[in-house]
Amino acid sequence: MVPMAAQVVVVAVTKIQTTPAIAQNMNMVKPVLVALGLILSFLFMGATKAAVLPIERADLLYHSYEGDGVTIDGPSVLLRKNIAGKVSVSANYYVDTVSGASIDVRATASPYEEVRKETTVGLDYLNNKTLLSTSFTNSSENDFEANSFYVGVSQDFFGDLSTISLSYSKGWDVVGRRGDESFEEEADRQKFGLGFSQVATKSLIVGFNIEHISDEGYLNNPYRAVRFLDSTTDRGFSFATEKYPNTRSSTAYSINANYYLPYRAAIYGDARIYNDTWGIKAQNVKLGYIHPIEDDWIFEVFLRHYKQDKADFYQDLFSRPDEFNFMARDKEMSTYTGLTAGVSVSYEWQFSQTATFKKSAVHFEWDYMTFDYDDFRDATAQTPVGEEPLFGFSANVLRIFASIWY
Amino acid sequence: MGFLNKASIRLLLVACIATLSSGCASTFESINESINPLANLEPWVKPYERSNLADPIMSMDRNPVASAYAKHVFESREGARGADGGAGGGCGCN
Repeated sequence: MVPMAAQVVVVAVTKIQTTPAIAQNMNMVKPVLVALGLILSFLFMGATKAAVLPIERADLLYHSYEGDGVTIDGPSVLLRKNIAGKVSVSANYYVDTVSGASIDVRATASPYEEVRKETTVGLDYLNNKTLLSTSFTNSSENDFEANSFYVGVSQDFFGDLSTISLSYSKGWDVVGRRGDESFEEEADRQKFGLGFSQVATKSLIVGFNIEHISDEGYLNNPYRAVRFLDSTTDRGFSFATEKYPNTRSSTAYSINANYYLPYRAAIYGDARIYNDTWGIKAQNVKLGYIHPIEDDWIFEVFLRHYKQDKADFYQDLFSRPDEFNFMARDKEMSTYTGLTAGVSVSYEWQFSQTATFKKSAVHFEWDYMTFDYDDFRDATAQTPVGEEPLFGFSANVLRIFASIWY
Repeated sequence: MGFLNKASIRLLLVACIATLSSGCASTFESINESINPLANLEPWVKPYERSNLADPIMSMDRNPVASAYAKHVFESREGARGADGGAGGGCGCN
């Protein structure tokens, strides 16, 4: 007997026409539909044990990033409160204050300062083993406005050893440009996510995630430019506006694992592969170790490596401004590697489980990042055109925050 | 239409596995047990064996406010995006 929810999905699928384009899209959403059928089956059949809502806590964080001539810092506040054991509401307010200019901007324009404010409100609803989540996010700055809506469902099953989750989000961006009031472009974004985690042993949890992202509209960064040979200038080159395709689709696959060691400590790792229709291919891997000391201190270290191959239309130096239909010199489109090492320490105070506040903690986290580019040159160097040194930079990232559990 | 039939069959299969895994009473259970070796599969980590998994150091997202910021930092400086969040849960021991 097929559950009603699965029947609905089957009927929906069989009514779709099979043109090649639609069939291609169906291949993309097929795993999502299958997983949706699975989750809805559980949802309508009922369950015998309850999953759990997210933990109630409040966090106040100060973040700071310094690197490549840019300083970004600000606060972030995250609050979460449960209601009647069924509903959890959350709110996050986050501020970025950006000053300075990265190498992309230093070569073509002046340093600047701007503030980005982001607000997210979320709601989770628990029904037996099923957790339904939704949230809305607004991000606002003087030249960029973004709104996004998220909905997700997560289902525990197989004695709570397995969890499957599905998510969808849709975003709407409005892109402006400082000093040009007439400039206004739009972009729409969609994300489809599928995740699965499994308790493998009493000390090991493993997980797998797929996410497909599809963008359409104005996808350029309006402040970044391509460089082309120009013998009429002293430096031998000039800059022109980048030209990006107006669609981009990407798919990322990741695996992760957490393992509890024979003594009270844990190691974890994750790996991801990525590709998109712009030709970018990337891989990253991360390994970490967490070591508590008694009930008060938690120390953590990690190492993360990232490698990327350039977009098809990326070049450091073009021969002329209209050489190709699509042209980019954004360094995030180039071929490069990144290495991040992180260390963190937390100190916790445990209170009575019957007290208003169950636990509090302070945390200090520091990451050191390096990026080395294979085909992005430092255009500010005073050397013959095309012979500038390859660019690279390092950055320090801090997160200092306090938490209260209640 | 071939793909659609396959999708329908796959959904039926998934629904059957879901039925078996959830422990729901079903008149088809005994039939499935005889033809599907997975039907006898039971959760192999019992609730009383999950103390290690319940330790906060095993959480895939121990401090959401910090991990959200770290994710933003990487997304801003890397071309890749997506699939960087865990499915969460799986332990049922909070």
